[in-house]
Amino acid sequence: MKLSELDRASLQRRLQGGGLCLDLHPFTARVRSPLPALADAVALLYADFPLAPDDGFVDFHLEIRALPRWLPWRERRARFVFDGLPAFVGLPARQAPTMLEWGLNWCVAAHAHQFLVCHAAVLERDGQALVLPAPPGSGKSTLTAVLAHRGWRLLSDELALLDPATGLVHGMARSVNLKNASIELVAGHLPEAVISPPVPDTLKGTVALMRPPAEAVRRRAEPALPAWVVLPRWQAGARAAFERIDRAEAALLLAEQSFNYHVLGREGFEVLTAMVGRTRCLRFVYGALDELVPAFEALAAGDVA
Amino acid sequence: MSRSLLVEVLLAPARAAALPPAGWDLLVRQARRANLIARLHDVLADAGVQAPPAAQAHLTAARRIADAQRQRMRWELDRVAEALAGATPQAVVLKGGAYLALDLPLARSRLYGDLDLLVPREALAEVESRLLIHGWVVESLSAYDEQYYRRWMHELPPMRHRRRGTVLDVHHTLLPLTSRTALATPALFEDLRPLAAWPGLSTFAPPDLLLHSATHLFHEGEFANGLRDLFDLDALVRHHGRDAGYWERTVERAGRLGLRRPLHYALRHSERALGTPVPPEVQRELARAAPPWPLPALLDACYARALQPQHPSCETPGAPAARLALYVRSHWLRMPLPLLVRHLARKAWRRLTGAELREQEAAQRQDG
Repeated sequence: MKLSELDRASLQRRLQGGGLCLDLHPFTARVRSPLPALADAVALLYADFPLAPDDGFVDFHLEIRALPRWLPWRERRARFVFDGLPAFVGLPARQAPTMLEWGLNWCVAAHAHQFLVCHAAVLERDGQALVLPAPPGSGKSTLTAVLAHRGWRLLSDELALLDPATGLVHGMARSVNLKNASIELVAGHLPEAVISPPVPDTLKGTVALMRPPAEAVRRRAEPALPAWVVLPRWQAGARAAFERIDRAEAALLLAEQSFNYHVLGREGFEVLTAMVGRTRCLRFVYGALDELVPAFEALAAGDVA
Repeated sequence: MSRSLLVEVLLAPARAAALPPAGWDLLVRQARRANLIARLHDVLADAGVQAPPAAQAHLTAARRIADAQRQRMRWELDRVAEALAGATPQAVVLKGGAYLALDLPLARSRLYGDLDLLVPREALAEVESRLLIHGWVVESLSAYDEQYYRRWMHELPPMRHRRRGTVLDVHHTLLPLTSRTALATPALFEDLRPLAAWPGLSTFAPPDLLLHSATHLFHEGEFANGLRDLFDLDALVRHHGRDAGYWERTVERAGRLGLRRPLHYALRHSERALGTPVPPEVQRELARAAPPWPLPALLDACYARALQPQHPSCETPGAPAARLALYVRSHWLRMPLPLLVRHLARKAWRRLTGAELREQEAAQRQDG
């Protein structure tokens, strides 16, 4: 059963009671929270995801817990709780949607050592994966949001899960994090995109979450073989252009952007070097959204020198 | 007191074969929270029990973390040995670090946190300065906390390596200076085993390894790793218990160091909870160190609750009260009453005014 088939009252009841089990292939997560803002966000962002069985094995049990309010005029605060253990500090309750996304990312990064987990977006075209590693502020999510609606399949905006056994990269097809100026920009450029109400004053500024396209969610269990590693960089006024970079540089950046390279040790090194060894490694500078689609069409067609 | 699913499976792994998916779910969660998940992996693998794929992924991940941590810990021992070369002939690696350095069977299945070191008090200044030179820095503390450590505690404030981020706790004895248990500190350095692979570093001899493990668990009031520590203790007994002269020497050392009572508690609770094989005559001999009634009955009830996995599924109605009682007891053992009252009042005040939370938030902002 898909989450969108659940009426609002049942959704709320599950979130407040035993939890809502989401099938986020390759993981399952059970989410609990009494906060209406979280129910709104889950209903919006996970609408196309199927529910996982209530009596099965769940990878991550998480909760956005409302903290007691000692003084009536203080803003309500909430805390991310991983299986009963409070993690991170409390934040204003209106940030619950981003707390859920970041908390879930943390769960995967801290526990899923069957994969090399890199901070990178992943999109797919004809079975080939485009990996976009992302130092913050690189314009990766903006690029991801646009491509995900223009011919590329979204695997992930934040976490590339690289399987050492197969060399394939997995995603969960979860929402795309848009920050600050890019929220308006993407909303204006993609009228069909479903974007959550922006949450101001988070650690990363104003954040809004874009719902993944339904087709991406339906095919979330299909991994892809990396073909391109592209380091995006947004630069005001720049013309869209690719530039080849050294494979070693790309490998070092991916290692740096990996959460568990130190856990996997030699295996992490091997899977990374194997990946950059068979992919084209490029830098991509851009300054306008309407140049993105033709540039990446050319890349997919093999027209980039 | 009923046993948690985790303890049942760790003691009889074949039982896991019949678990439904929801049972595996609970088992992995309890093991993760108790910091025993790598051990669960190894126990199941040794027994030939195959976990369902989703659960197995978590167990294998824990195995990888344990491997990575062991490798890192060995590297850290190299660095510490290098930093302390010539500083003192008596630098003792404690607890997890010692199990690893001695390559005891329990070391393989263990997850590691900080590295603990014991040096004689007179060598402390020299050790601290050498560690500072080699990149370990004392984390910034309030003036009160600094004084708390330096004047009353048995260790320096935790030192963190500037680049690697690893934490080193340097002790000069095993219990706070203000402790009610009179520990014969100089005797700790009487029976050390030098480590060939790490010149200048040594560990305790097997009896003292057990005594330290017992003292640590039954003096401290924090039980986040209580069950893990109980399994350490159990593993030490199972590994050394059949060595000739082990028990005689252990009881003798307990008397010499002034640690008969913590050893009594440790072996009593380990046998009750995990069936640790302790000769009955040793239990009888140590029982003479037990406090008068009704304390033993009370402590039995408290420990049975506190030494469970710290997971919501193991939370019984009495558990928070039991943990609180043991927390207060540990402070009672730590320092005389006037000091205790001052210390706890200060902690409570800081919590109430939000000073503690503000500091945590500032620290998190720095990390992020």
